[in-house]
Amino acid sequence: MDLFEYQARDLFEKHGVPVLAAAIATTADEAQVVATKIGGKVIVKAQVKVGGRGKAGGVKLAENPADAREKAGAILGMDIKGHVVGTVMIAAAAPIESEYYLAILLDRSNRTFLVMASVSGGMDIEEVAHTAPEKLAKIPVSAVDGISAAKAKEIVTAANFPADVADQVAKVLVKLWEVFQSEDATLVEVNPLVKTKDGKVIALDGKVTLDDNADFRQPDHEALIDQAAENPLEAAAKEKGLNYVKLEGEVGIIGNGAGLVMSTLDVVAYAGEKHGGVRPANFLDIGGGASAQVMADGLSIILGDKDVKSVFVNVFGGITACDAVATGIVQALELLGSKATKPIVVRLDGNNVMEGRAILNKAAHPLVQQLDTMDGAADRAAELAAK
Amino acid sequence: MSIFLNENTKVIVQGMTGSEGTKHTRRMLASGTKIVGGVTPGKGGQVVDIDGHQLPVFNTVAEAMSATGANASVVFVPPKFAKAAVIDAIDAAMPLVVVITEGIPVHDSASFYAYSLTKGTTRIVGPNCPGLISPGKSNIGIIPADITGAGPIGLVSKSGTLTYQMMYELRDIGFSTAVGIGGDPVIGTTHIDCLRAFQDDPDTQAIVMIGEIGGDAEERAAAFIAEYVTKPVVGYVAGFTAPEGKTMGHAGAIVSGSSGTAQGKKDALEAAGVKVGQTPSETARLLRAILGR
Repeated sequence: MDLFEYQARDLFEKHGVPVLAAAIATTADEAQVVATKIGGKVIVKAQVKVGGRGKAGGVKLAENPADAREKAGAILGMDIKGHVVGTVMIAAAAPIESEYYLAILLDRSNRTFLVMASVSGGMDIEEVAHTAPEKLAKIPVSAVDGISAAKAKEIVTAANFPADVADQVAKVLVKLWEVFQSEDATLVEVNPLVKTKDGKVIALDGKVTLDDNADFRQPDHEALIDQAAENPLEAAAKEKGLNYVKLEGEVGIIGNGAGLVMSTLDVVAYAGEKHGGVRPANFLDIGGGASAQVMADGLSIILGDKDVKSVFVNVFGGITACDAVATGIVQALELLGSKATKPIVVRLDGNNVMEGRAILNKAAHPLVQQLDTMDGAADRAAELAAK
Repeated sequence: MSIFLNENTKVIVQGMTGSEGTKHTRRMLASGTKIVGGVTPGKGGQVVDIDGHQLPVFNTVAEAMSATGANASVVFVPPKFAKAAVIDAIDAAMPLVVVITEGIPVHDSASFYAYSLTKGTTRIVGPNCPGLISPGKSNIGIIPADITGAGPIGLVSKSGTLTYQMMYELRDIGFSTAVGIGGDPVIGTTHIDCLRAFQDDPDTQAIVMIGEIGGDAEERAAAFIAEYVTKPVVGYVAGFTAPEGKTMGHAGAIVSGSSGTAQGKKDALEAAGVKVGQTPSETARLLRAILGR
């Protein structure tokens, strides 16, 4: 899960990373109240999970609370690359002397953690990495050892931080490691990290990505979920413990195992090219060892998607038994009754396939048809969606 | 021959007394795997009867190894306890540790992987993987044993069900070993590790490599193939139609910006001389053409 800037800022503050006074507002009036509390000049910043908001006009300096009200009014509701601004952060303005860059992230390629640091901060770091790679220091960090005070010093030296800020930056790094590790983050980025005119080092803007797998030991993270942005079908699926992603097509997809479902999306998209360009409507993985109930839950969600014109159930029974899948389909259709109106193409193979096919044949539901191969079934599902 | 395991591999099951552990111990025994015991901290000293096999339970992997001579472990413990279980196995210098558990926080897997490197005595497969099978010899994990038999194909895949699908497509030919390496961002054994082992395995004549969106493992594997692999390799990559920024089931399967796309992976593999199928069935046909079957 990617966090908003203000959520990242709050996590930084919680772990002792130096940040400026700030608070959020969702209306212009609220922005004025917050700006009054902070006092003096403030920065009004759009809270969107997308880069380039500064260029889009989503960050403005306000001279006083009344100005903050006006600037917030202009930014709230703004569309930045398809993200509508619902919240602004009002932060104290600081006189900046220098801008730096710091990040701790998971380096998948090398299967370790990595610090990236640069004294050329503030701009697009991918640009720096591309045009002047020598200005971006990359230092691996062991998942076992982490970032000690000594390691932080080594990093600060390697990245050529000036002597007058070296100690402060090293301290920030140790605190950022604390954020990274204790919050189960996969990315903690500060851009820019600034030196103010009075010589203080402060994290001015931050980006944090959290590992959803760690939710079981991070009870506070649930409150960080952006409920408003969640697709209602995705939220319903999550509640049922299903792995579902809404896409923009017409063929509903249910399968078992992430790889097979991804592959099914591709095969349906290829088949769709021959049938008016229909596309997969979703990703839905019912997982290994799925029961009839899970199958029924999944089918209910897919059939509840008004964009869906046909459904393709593609199951290779490894742990999952095909008879359980078949029973789930039959149960779901009984449950839905007349609400189920879309054709369902089923391809079963593997564990207990004969039993599974027999269950569907016996039920002989008018909406259900079985095909033997993945390619054939994908073609039929696409054809039915195109009608 | 086979890679990483053979008919003499002696396996202990970490988490054998849990429901998943028991279920899959039964399946592994049925497919001929030499299961010699289990590990559940606090339950040491018990003996569990699974389909007539009397399996001793130990508190630690070290105890289990010294009592049974086990040289491989398979981990079914829940995410919360998985790190401790894998560390226990690494501390005992267990040569092969197959981590089936799905949903382990990446800080935990990065940590036990880094720890295994410092010790240098343990190969980790997974986490979040279906394990590996040499049909007719040994089966460590959850891959169904009845899809196909022994044969000349080596298979390496991030995905479990795509592994099964591909074994099914090529069931008349058979496999030397099929390895599901897992779809998490940090895994212990990579495509490259398996490609190297298949290249060196005299019983493997051709290799199927299955990848998916996210990361750059396939690109790296392509570079390795160009450099080192002389046996024919066919490839398949899942996720051509996956949109940017959405995680597709596996914690590692996400396209971010221009990196991790299926097309980029396909291009890299083809540049290395790998024939890449657009679908699982086409991939199987490409392999058949190579083997003339």
